[in-house]
Amino acid sequence: MSVKKKSKAPGRTPMPEQDPEVRRRNFLEVPTGYTPEMAMQEAGRCLQCKKPACVAGCPVSVDIPGFINLLAEGDITAATRNLWSKNALPAVCGRVCPQEIQCEELCILGKKGDPVAIGNLERFCADYEREFGTGELPPKAADTGKRVAVVGSGPSSLTVAGDLVVKGHQVTILEAFHKPGGVLVYGIPEFRLPKEIVAQEVNFIERLGAKVACNQVVGRTVSLDELFEQGYDAIYLGVGAGLPRFLNIPGENYTGILSANEYLTRANLMKAYKFPEVDTPIPIGRDVVVLGAGNVAMDAARTAMRLGADRVRIVYRRSREEMPARLAEIHHAEEEGIEFHLLTAPTRYMGDARGRLTGMTCQQMALGEPDDSGRRRPVVIEGSEFDIDCDLAIVAVGSGANPLLTADTPKLRLNKWGYIDADPESGKTSMRGVWAGGDIVTGAATVILAMGAGRQAADSIHNFLTWGW
Amino acid sequence: MFTIVRREEMAEGTVILNEIEAPLIAAKAQPGQFVILKANEDGERIPLTMAETDAEKGTITIIYMVVGRSTALFRDLKVGDGYQDVIGPLGKPTHVEKVGTVVCVGGGTGVAVLHPITRAMKAAGNHVICIIGARTKELLILEEQMRAASHDLRICTDDGSYGREGFVTEELKDILDGGQVDQVVAIGPVPMMKFVSKLTAEYAVPTLVSLNPIMVDGTGMCGGCRVSVGGETRFACVDGPEFDGHQVDYDELMLRLQAYCEDEKACYEDYCRLHDTSTAE
Ligand SMILES: Cc1cc2nc3c(=O)[nH]c(=O)nc-3n(C[C@H](O)[C@H](O)[C@H](O)COP(=O)(O)OP(=O)(O)OC[C@H]3O[C@@H](n4cnc5c(N)ncnc54)[C@H](O)[C@@H]3O)c2cc1C
Ligand SMILES: Cc1cc2nc3c(=O)[nH]c(=O)nc-3n(C[C@H](O)[C@H](O)[C@H](O)COP(=O)(O)OP(=O)(O)OC[C@H]3O[C@@H](n4cnc5c(N)ncnc54)[C@H](O)[C@@H]3O)c2cc1C
Ligand code: SF4
Ligand code: SF4
Ligand code: FES
Repeated sequence: MSVKKKSKAPGRTPMPEQDPEVRRRNFLEVPTGYTPEMAMQEAGRCLQCKKPACVAGCPVSVDIPGFINLLAEGDITAATRNLWSKNALPAVCGRVCPQEIQCEELCILGKKGDPVAIGNLERFCADYEREFGTGELPPKAADTGKRVAVVGSGPSSLTVAGDLVVKGHQVTILEAFHKPGGVLVYGIPEFRLPKEIVAQEVNFIERLGAKVACNQVVGRTVSLDELFEQGYDAIYLGVGAGLPRFLNIPGENYTGILSANEYLTRANLMKAYKFPEVDTPIPIGRDVVVLGAGNVAMDAARTAMRLGADRVRIVYRRSREEMPARLAEIHHAEEEGIEFHLLTAPTRYMGDARGRLTGMTCQQMALGEPDDSGRRRPVVIEGSEFDIDCDLAIVAVGSGANPLLTADTPKLRLNKWGYIDADPESGKTSMRGVWAGGDIVTGAATVILAMGAGRQAADSIHNFLTWGW
Repeated sequence: MFTIVRREEMAEGTVILNEIEAPLIAAKAQPGQFVILKANEDGERIPLTMAETDAEKGTITIIYMVVGRSTALFRDLKVGDGYQDVIGPLGKPTHVEKVGTVVCVGGGTGVAVLHPITRAMKAAGNHVICIIGARTKELLILEEQMRAASHDLRICTDDGSYGREGFVTEELKDILDGGQVDQVVAIGPVPMMKFVSKLTAEYAVPTLVSLNPIMVDGTGMCGGCRVSVGGETRFACVDGPEFDGHQVDYDELMLRLQAYCEDEKACYEDYCRLHDTSTAE
């Protein structure tokens, strides 16, 4: 780090990171965390604004100057408590929130220089408290005798479970997979969010008294009506947007073409990066193409690099400006040697006689008029076809609503895309006693938005359990 | 943990039966549905069809052929041991209705999958003829159960050591030539289902097959189980596992099943062991 004088406007304190040459072949976390000194230095940069602009940028209104002030005073326990009052998973959000378009975008310091590293500070508090804190549980209200079933165990469901158990209700989380955590365990890789952190967050909610039942595919193992028959008073659906999209172009069923969901689930949840130490295999590509440019695409590309690829290319039909991934992940991917082929769209895949992927034909695109999403629509440049070789393609072009649960529950009203229709304020669905939130309502979004929806629904459920529908 | 309460070996130890305590699944399961099992913390998620369920006892029964690393690991589990995870019931149940005469064709461990469907077809009031096949007599499974589940049981072995010498398709052709058949259900190695479907297409007899692509979650989340049916991509775990046999792209399925064979030769041998039981055209 530079030894700049700490005179007037000191620059943002960078978080140390593993060297790109080293980390591109290992699964350890990339940013290694602030030391307490670094955290104090960064906390000291906050101006403690009377009307803090940053708070408006946070979807759950974290009291940013408040927690930073407590941190600056050296009371990390109090700072973390303050965070918890708005955000149940600060260790996660500090790592994965797209801060550059949320809290940090609006920080006043960002007008002239670098905004306060709010995410880094949030992460520091939560990590420090987890390691050195007392582990003391927040106070819990007396048992109300009411029972709540929370379906899914992603960030949205974990928030609902934590909030309601503290209010004295009996909460059971029902998760389809064999491990709780949702996208936090099966999607986001170890090098960005260590699974140990998620496990500890889940453990915290269990210590508060919530039960976690895995291997429960609601809609198959048990239906919503049966849950009510079993005596649950309310149900929260936080089942995520678990339906992979493909491009529907010729050749998509060659082996060597995987959805990002499958690729990342094998790598993260099934720990296939340790194969053959574990039993689940994962295809190892030498020449890998990832289709798409969101967080999911970056995660897939960086995983492929870590699994030993010689070359990893991101192929994206729009331009750099439209790439939806967090800025930090795009930088990290570039540092790790991932190539970006923008304004490029595949039109078909090629394979050999044994049905294995060998390459794809792509077209060059140009940007036209803005489309419904407000982004400029990519249009084909005629006659621009060209072929590229690859032996593994990972499709990361978005996800939709998985119909497994909703098809089993005809009473639940859906919108035209198949997502659950829920009141944006309360999360109430068309079915009495049933709430929904997170990606299954909004479509694939962010961790913090899923948690925000969970908190609102938990309030509404609590009101219902106390006062009625 | 999901405890194993009964264990049997069949077909000279190449096929294993496990009855497992899984009351929630047993209460809901219907013929044609499957479970995903994982033996331990680092285990793979393996899909297997329920050959039997007992809602009162709270148990499900799986019958599987030992073909690779995970099924070999399963083989080593004793009564009293258990699976860390069992997930289900998954997939769509078989559509069972009274249509008249139904021929159920099973090959290899496919017979285990066919058993509950055969029983349901008979219970629905159909006249049920069953054909089961294996490479040789010792590899035949569930003969008595299939006899009880159907009105008429025919047996074929490739080497003629028991029943008719030859493939199940030959017996099926004779039945189709001999009289009215309203529906065929074929479950077994992919080539067998392919040739049965080819045959029944000539007779325009509706044919149901059960597909076994590689799966991960079994809930429609990963797309790893995609199969081409009637030119469209379907997810076998949620849209199936049963499909219209005349519409399935079997060649694609066979290639996709080989996705994870690192060592080509070992892969081929495994593949033969899994798929070679009753037809070799
Ligand atoms: C690879 C990847 C990277 C991402 N990176 C970021 C990032 O950097 N920053 C960010 O803010 N967001 C990121 N996101 C998005 C973010 O993870 C999601 O928006 C968020 O996890 C949604 O939370 P959720 O609680 O709604 O659902 P999920 O996290 O999707 O959890 C849903 C859970 O419900 C379970 N489930 C589904 N159906 C059933 C059923 N029928 N019965 C029982 N259980 C069921 C699922 O198994 C799953 O565990 C990323 C997403 C992915 C896939
Ligand atoms: C819905 C469904 C129901 C099934 N029901 C039964 C059953 O009742 N009895 C039974 O014996 N088998 C059944 N199978 C097949 C069984 O899942 C595989 O044999 C098993 O996964 C092989 O695992 P392995 O690690 O032992 O072998 P591996 O070493 O992984 O593979 C050995 C061979 O098996 C094939 N294979 C690998 N994984 C699968 C897979 N998931 N599905 C199919 N073939 C695979 C490979 O092509 C390879 O040639 C079913 C499969 C599906 C999808
Ligand atoms: S939760 Fe996310 S958006 Fe809110 S302050 Fe923390 S990092 Fe910023
Ligand atoms: S806007 Fe920036 S400087 Fe002001 S309180 Fe928020 S973080 Fe601190
Ligand atoms: S197994 Fe994943 S979608 Fe079918």
